Amino acid sequence: MFPWVNDEAQELMRRKIGLAEMLKGGAIMDVTNADQAKVAEEAGAVAVMALERIPADIRSDGGIARMSQPRMIRQIQDAVSIPVMAKCRIGHFAEAQVLEALGVDFVDESEVLTPADEHNHVWKWDFKVPFVCGCRNLGEALRRIGEGAAMIRTKGEAGSGNIVEAVRHMRMVQEGLRRLTQLRDDELMAEAKTLGAPVSLLAEIKKTGKLPVPNFAAGGVATPADAALMMQLGAETVFVGSGIFKSSDPKPRAEAIVQAVTYHDDPARLLEISMELGEAMEGIDVAAIPEDERLASRGW
Amino acid sequence: MPLPVGLLALQGDFEMHRQALARAGLETLPVRRPDELARAGGLVIPGGESTTLSRLIDRGGLRAPLREFVSSGRPVLGTCAGLIMLSRGLVGERHETWHGVQPLALLDVTVRRNGYGRQIDSFTEDLVLTDGLQDGGPCRAVYIRAPRLEDIGPGVEVIARRPDGEPVGVRADNVVGLTFHPELGDDGRFHALLSG
Repeated sequence: MFPWVNDEAQELMRRKIGLAEMLKGGAIMDVTNADQAKVAEEAGAVAVMALERIPADIRSDGGIARMSQPRMIRQIQDAVSIPVMAKCRIGHFAEAQVLEALGVDFVDESEVLTPADEHNHVWKWDFKVPFVCGCRNLGEALRRIGEGAAMIRTKGEAGSGNIVEAVRHMRMVQEGLRRLTQLRDDELMAEAKTLGAPVSLLAEIKKTGKLPVPNFAAGGVATPADAALMMQLGAETVFVGSGIFKSSDPKPRAEAIVQAVTYHDDPARLLEISMELGEAMEGIDVAAIPEDERLASRGW
Repeated sequence: MPLPVGLLALQGDFEMHRQALARAGLETLPVRRPDELARAGGLVIPGGESTTLSRLIDRGGLRAPLREFVSSGRPVLGTCAGLIMLSRGLVGERHETWHGVQPLALLDVTVRRNGYGRQIDSFTEDLVLTDGLQDGGPCRAVYIRAPRLEDIGPGVEVIARRPDGEPVGVRADNVVGLTFHPELGDDGRFHALLSG
């Protein structure tokens, strides 16, 4: 599927995708310290994303958002046994190298941080650590996979508490996948040109109807019903950023979102787990965010 | 018509197991509730996160039904986190309550979680198999943040080893536990053990 890399990189890719497979049907939670990481693990999170400031605070604080302090990430690694993820800036392969040396289990090359390169993303094949990248549509997803991403997530609009962009991005990806299964072979190259994506990946998806790596949801999940919505739209796991620790009730909310992912197609169960929750985080109307402040438009 | 193989579908790579079982010609049934377990003829506890699986088993009221299922003699396969859940206990944990993992104690082994380290220490390697499993040539195994088997009880047979002799697959009566992920490869011989 990846004729542009050697056999060793392809075997490594199977293990990278393998870890992403193990995270399916779960919730991955943003945490800013060891205590929050323990709350997430106790609630049943499959992994935590270690970062200094959650997206809602990055958005309100402004300034340049960079990779988190390695010491803070190490404290979180010491506090929990679940996989620990951390973010590097788009295109900042030296930050990614530091995170790999630290032994994080997944690197998120993330639009939530200030991009370091406006043209190139990290060539993820050069790393032993797996990467997850955000996308808004199928072409963007396939460019990231072509660079070696082992997991794709929607960008959504991080820190907004508003699910609308994640829904848009998930539907765009799913529509693109369905479209590919309908194409004739002689239409694949033109579609590759339109999408700006490698034709070998298109040929594979035409057969399977699925992305070659797990497809998760992120950006704006605040309630159990948000998680269930994304799962029913085709997400295989849900990232929850600001939605937990910006709410009035982090621990029960975290537990409820974990269960909402597992029982996403069982409304009676969703009702039961949503019943006792307090206030969700306050949200932002995405239309009210100026174009140049939207995180989803970072990267291409 | 044989009963379908139940896939514990609370969290983890149960979809990969479904595909592997389909290749072995076996029907499957996702199990998230006790009544679904009652309709299964065998069971797979997949890879995933043991801290998550353990909690979802309890919140879903599945602990007692799972124990009864295994006692009934129907075939059971646990891979990676599935093996951790089948074991009788953990060793090498820094946290005194094992980060909330409560194994089912259905297989007389103890396990060291993340026994080789973190994801960058994950690896792929050929297995050394016992006589009954050798047909079919070499078998490639994928280890993802894999656990290691520590104490192996007297009634437990080792069915797979690493080239250096370390046990990585065990069987006791109807229960098979593996530290690696046959569902991530295309070798069907471990899933064929579930045909009963």
